[in-house]
Amino acid sequence: MTFGDITKKLKSVKWSHYIAYIVIIVFTVICMLSGNLKRTDIYLLEKIGISIILAVSLNFIVGFLGELSLGHAGFMCIGAYLGGKVSSMLVGSMGNGILTLIISVIVGGIFAALAGFVIGLPALRLKGDYLAIVTLAFGQIALIIFQNSNYETFGGAFGLDTPRYDYNSLYIIIFVFAIITIAAFQNVIRSKHGRAITAIRDNEIAAKATGVPVTQYKLFTFVMAAFFAGVAGVLYSYTQSKVQCTHFDYNYSIEILVMVVLGGMGSLNGSIAAAALITFLNEKLATVLTGNLAVLQNIFYSLVLILIVIYSNAPAFKNIREKYNFKKFKSLIMRKRDPGYISDDEGSWDRIPTKIKMDELLSVDISVQSDKDGSTSDSTGGDENE
Amino acid sequence: MSEAVLEIRNLGINFGGLKAVQHVDITVNKNEIYGLIGPNGAGKTTIFNMLTGVYKPTEGNFALFGEDLTGKSQRYICRSGIARTFQNIRLFNNMSVIRNVMVGLNDDPQLKCSVFSSMFRLPTHFKTEKAMRQKAKDILAIFDLLEERNNLSCNLPYGKQRKLEIARALATSPKLLLLDEPAAGMNPNETAELMETIRKIRDMFDITVLLIEHDMKFVSGICDRLTVLNFGTVLAEGTTEEALNDPEVIRAYIGG
Repeated sequence: MTFGDITKKLKSVKWSHYIAYIVIIVFTVICMLSGNLKRTDIYLLEKIGISIILAVSLNFIVGFLGELSLGHAGFMCIGAYLGGKVSSMLVGSMGNGILTLIISVIVGGIFAALAGFVIGLPALRLKGDYLAIVTLAFGQIALIIFQNSNYETFGGAFGLDTPRYDYNSLYIIIFVFAIITIAAFQNVIRSKHGRAITAIRDNEIAAKATGVPVTQYKLFTFVMAAFFAGVAGVLYSYTQSKVQCTHFDYNYSIEILVMVVLGGMGSLNGSIAAAALITFLNEKLATVLTGNLAVLQNIFYSLVLILIVIYSNAPAFKNIREKYNFKKFKSLIMRKRDPGYISDDEGSWDRIPTKIKMDELLSVDISVQSDKDGSTSDSTGGDENE
Repeated sequence: MSEAVLEIRNLGINFGGLKAVQHVDITVNKNEIYGLIGPNGAGKTTIFNMLTGVYKPTEGNFALFGEDLTGKSQRYICRSGIARTFQNIRLFNNMSVIRNVMVGLNDDPQLKCSVFSSMFRLPTHFKTEKAMRQKAKDILAIFDLLEERNNLSCNLPYGKQRKLEIARALATSPKLLLLDEPAAGMNPNETAELMETIRKIRDMFDITVLLIEHDMKFVSGICDRLTVLNFGTVLAEGTTEEALNDPEVIRAYIGG
């Protein structure tokens, strides 16, 4: 292979596919090299990694399957408790090593996936708001079960004691898991299965008529998303010396949903960015605003959220949006492209054209088909430039 | 003519007390283009919905090539070889044209690929993806949609959206294609073109077509035989000419 061949091959690689991996790897390496991170910074990094896993997996349900799930923290809770229990049991015999961590992550993930299967079953019958209520209730049930569990088994209201992994390397492991998660979801989404799942979201009736096994795919989506939420839970249990179930209340589910909505439903990279941003904001506000100012924390946080949503979605801000657009910046370094165009040739999956709106998500469309105009002109994304 | 593809016997459905369709008997022969017409509310689309498993018939049965499909799931029926289009276009709006067709190929027995081979990017994944894309392109080429394959399907003009829906239905490799008002909202040129396309795909894929249409020019131009429905029952049937000149049919349409 000559040098020319190599450069040719490098040029043919769609770098935008791998941007999430590259950014995370570079970021992690920088953190590793910088050395002597403060404990708060390490904690922040760990939280960011966990948020990324959660947001990406929730986006699979919300953005790609098009169902609203408010019980993601519940799956995480199951993972955290069962994985944490397994790890604390294994620590005695196997030591607090990477093997223990991997086993407990898998066990926690599997239990969460089982819960996802159970919650997926009603998902086949319910849609929109109704499913959201069921998942919300599920999250609360999971929390209450662990809260009232035996002190010996799960610690009950005192919380479960879990082994804390080595401070200096846990965040690296978490980021590795984040990359695995992103890869798993990205690979599934960019395959025939992902296509079928987005087809269900776009038009379930048509998907059924086209022979898509809607039931199986819906269950699969819930199971897979729950598995990775469980993984995030186990990793969370490793960042804590005590797992408190109050951490997994519905506020946390909503917070994950906010990440998904802010990042753009149906955009994995968006979820990653939003997860990092929101977690960072949350943590930094908590450290900056202390004492009397702590009251301002939530106000400030909510204010930022409102501003971001207004900026990114309000029609009145269209001009400003177009003036200071990320896409504009992107077009400086990348090939310009017709906004309605999705490159899809020869295996390239450049962009998943899947920005959907909350009202679309919540609308229960069984037989009426009057939304043709409304959904088509808007849903191509906020990037249309007429 | 040759063997019967679809045999509908005494098909009927009640919604509560309303008998939407009753005592419908239709036999569609191989490679025929069969029309199902009737005034609004006659139960044409309801019959389509029963044939594709959306509704379960309350009486009677229907069979495709002798296999009884009454009450089977939509997916099973689709796999057995009945594909349909919708009266109001139902495309996957947020997906590109080619991906719409590829969803139709999802259940193709030759393009099997488990979730795990996709997740871990095993060779099967790449093989099926490539084969799928090629097959989708072949189908799109028939409908002159190859140029637009990378556009969002909702950005296509109306006539092309109709075509894409037929292309997607064809991707499931059906033996019987149900078209629900394929010419609705089309101008005369597009309608003529559509007639050509339907004949072409019938010969090319060796399929049988059952269609609902209100455009009489279209119906008389393309259908070999017709069944006319009114108030859920069969009003007349026979060759296109016979059925359209039946005094009962004229009365139902024009009144009097």
